[in-house]
Amino acid sequence: MRPTLPVLTKLVAAAFVAGCASRETPVAIGNREQILHLGNLSEPKDLDPHIVTGVTEQNILSALLEGLVAEDPCDLHPVPATAATWDVSEQGRVYTFYLRREAKWSNGDPVKAQDFVFAFNRILSPGLGAPYAYMLFCLTNAESYYRGQITDFSKVGARALDDHTLELRLTSPVSYFLALLSHQSWFPVHPPTILKWGRMDQIGTPWTRPGNFVGNGPFVLKEWEPGSRIVVRRSDTYWDRDRVRLREVQFWAIGDHQIEERAFRAGQLHVTGTVPIDMLQFYRDRYPERLRLAPYFGTYYYLLNVRRPPLDDVRVRRALALAINREQIVRYITRAGEDPAYNFTPPGVAGYVPRARLTGDPVTARALLAEAGFPGGRGFPKLQLLYNTSEAHERIAQAIQQMWKDNLGITIELVNMEWKVYVAQTQSGKYDLARAGWIGDYPDPNTFLDMWVTGGGNNRTGWSNPLYDSLIREAAREQDPAARLELFQQAEKILMDEVPIIPIYFYRSKALVHPAVKGWFPNLLGRHPLKYVYLELPETGLER
Amino acid sequence: MIPVLWAAITITFLLIRYAPGGPFTEEKNFPEESLQRLNEHYGLTDPLWVQYWRYLGNMLRGNLGPSFKYPNRTVNQIIAETFPVSLELGTQAFLFACISGIVAGLLASLRPNSLWDHTCMAVAMTGICVPSFVLGPILVLIFALGLGWFNAAGWQSPADRILPVVTLGAPYAAYIARLTRGSLLEVLPREYVRTARAKGLSETHVLLRHVLPNALAPVVSFFGPAVAGLLTGSFVVETVFHIPGMGRVFVAAAFNRDYSLILGLVVFYAFLVVLFNTLVDLLLAWLDPRVRMEV
Repeated sequence: MRPTLPVLTKLVAAAFVAGCASRETPVAIGNREQILHLGNLSEPKDLDPHIVTGVTEQNILSALLEGLVAEDPCDLHPVPATAATWDVSEQGRVYTFYLRREAKWSNGDPVKAQDFVFAFNRILSPGLGAPYAYMLFCLTNAESYYRGQITDFSKVGARALDDHTLELRLTSPVSYFLALLSHQSWFPVHPPTILKWGRMDQIGTPWTRPGNFVGNGPFVLKEWEPGSRIVVRRSDTYWDRDRVRLREVQFWAIGDHQIEERAFRAGQLHVTGTVPIDMLQFYRDRYPERLRLAPYFGTYYYLLNVRRPPLDDVRVRRALALAINREQIVRYITRAGEDPAYNFTPPGVAGYVPRARLTGDPVTARALLAEAGFPGGRGFPKLQLLYNTSEAHERIAQAIQQMWKDNLGITIELVNMEWKVYVAQTQSGKYDLARAGWIGDYPDPNTFLDMWVTGGGNNRTGWSNPLYDSLIREAAREQDPAARLELFQQAEKILMDEVPIIPIYFYRSKALVHPAVKGWFPNLLGRHPLKYVYLELPETGLER
Repeated sequence: MIPVLWAAITITFLLIRYAPGGPFTEEKNFPEESLQRLNEHYGLTDPLWVQYWRYLGNMLRGNLGPSFKYPNRTVNQIIAETFPVSLELGTQAFLFACISGIVAGLLASLRPNSLWDHTCMAVAMTGICVPSFVLGPILVLIFALGLGWFNAAGWQSPADRILPVVTLGAPYAAYIARLTRGSLLEVLPREYVRTARAKGLSETHVLLRHVLPNALAPVVSFFGPAVAGLLTGSFVVETVFHIPGMGRVFVAAAFNRDYSLILGLVVFYAFLVVLFNTLVDLLLAWLDPRVRMEV
């Protein structure tokens, strides 16, 4: 045993090194064969467009399905997709879509207007329990159908005039209607596939599995390894398939940001879903062309429970809002070049840039607090700030806790909790202050401002202002875009005067992108339609 | 065995329902009607004892229910998909731990207090002390990112197995090495070993037929807890290396409040632990004739 073991070890090691040294990374293989490896951050709940709500699922569904209208990859303006053209009539209340004749499902069936009607019927069915059914409430009678007040779907404002003509009727004009249509809740589904596995509104059927899934998008579902990756391949029946250059896309469900970054560095991913904050400087210094930071349509803010004194006093709320140094937070803690938020709606969408701003400084804040009866912070109760367990939220909370102590002389206790517990607590109003974030569902200010109407499903502050409510209601009806934006400006002013929520910063999308990826444009919603993406190596060789 | 399983199921059933937040607690509010409909569909609106009874009835028929978080999959399917992965990872880690641990311990014991012995045991001590969520990324840093020999994550090719198996098996290999060495040092000076050598048997024969079966008994006793630990402790390694195994699913199910999946996995794990402990008892009996006679 004694002489042979060392020799054996050396032989094994030599063979090992020889074999491993010639390893071709998945990214290198992908560059050669037009296979894109995407970090998609989490395992999708399902691939049924009518029951999912997350960005993870949306990324995959946008590859497998296509709605009436899609988004331009650069500036997100609506472009024809399954619908080749459309008319708008009756002052924005009726939209008539003319579907492409060459649009086909992945099994060869033509895409018909009746398929869209079936899909809308499905998502609005009470039996399905779809969380995003309310996205279709702009259609006449859609809400009544969803609530079971009517049971005849032909009364709902979606009608197939013939196989290739779809008429949608709205209760009142919606100026951002075309932008809404690229959301997955408006995607069509293939009726025979749904019905093969159960009733139209049956929960939990296997129609979305590989081999069963039929879609009309640029890619078809090939493999689904749960918890690992999802593989889609270019469709042979998609109407615009000649424009699609990628052969295959693999969505990797790597949840941990550090692990995803290491996978990127090891040459396993072309694009990551995010970048760990601690690695931002590393990439800025060494590989700046791989780091993509862009404004993102989302706001990081704190909720204030206005039902609980002393937060019911607007002076206290303003004091808290003004005593935060947002510049320091984005420079030293979040570090991705975020913009501090002095209002709630991120600017740049539908031409809306909020005028209302939180103006003031710690001196003003102290004066306000004194006026409210807590000079120098004396007598101020020790309130709790809730946030879901995360290092990033903790650092921000600690910084703000310190700022409030230094500037106002008050002590706030930090409480972190697991995600579901945190959501349950904030939803049931059992908190003083809580961290929150909101990402817009569609490119219009309404998705941010309509949150705070009295009794709104996402209004967890208990704040109510009838004037604010009426402004939002009016804006929903207003047809003139300029007048509409003006109504939003007034609403935003009320929001910033009363501060039931304290905006802190506007999100930035962060991604690591391999130089071979082309057709990947930054935009406010972080949407990258894969039909425009392709892989091309630059002239000079890349090591990985 | 049955009472233990029953207790595990019942306690888990009650505990998870009292945790704040449910399977449909999401940040963007579900409309009331949707929430009501989903709770109805999954039977969560029925009284607790009804749900419990229904669950037990289904479980005894082998149906562990649908997953609440992943509507298109059942718990049975999820276990069928993920258990083989964890089993493969655990088995390979176990083999790695056994082989490297026993060989290292054996070699160390043959030259006690030499440089080789001290080095082996020092490495073993590090293996026991360094947790897998530190060791894993260090191995990735050196072998995947530094040398470029492996992927940093994933479970696709055979080469992807190497780093996770080493990470998971390392503390057990270290423990086994120390156990083996200690046990051998105790057995080697025994009288019957000297007798065997005096009879003229080769050193190899002495080691394999007379020394190891006696010396390995403490190591084999360690197998029971080791296997249980390998199967359940794989959560960390599965997360660090992005392996679609059962450990990771278990923790995610708790975070998702996926009641049926949590319960199904508890049942499965409890059953596995009992099974493996029984197997270890049998193995010990085979190795040690004294135990055999008692059994």
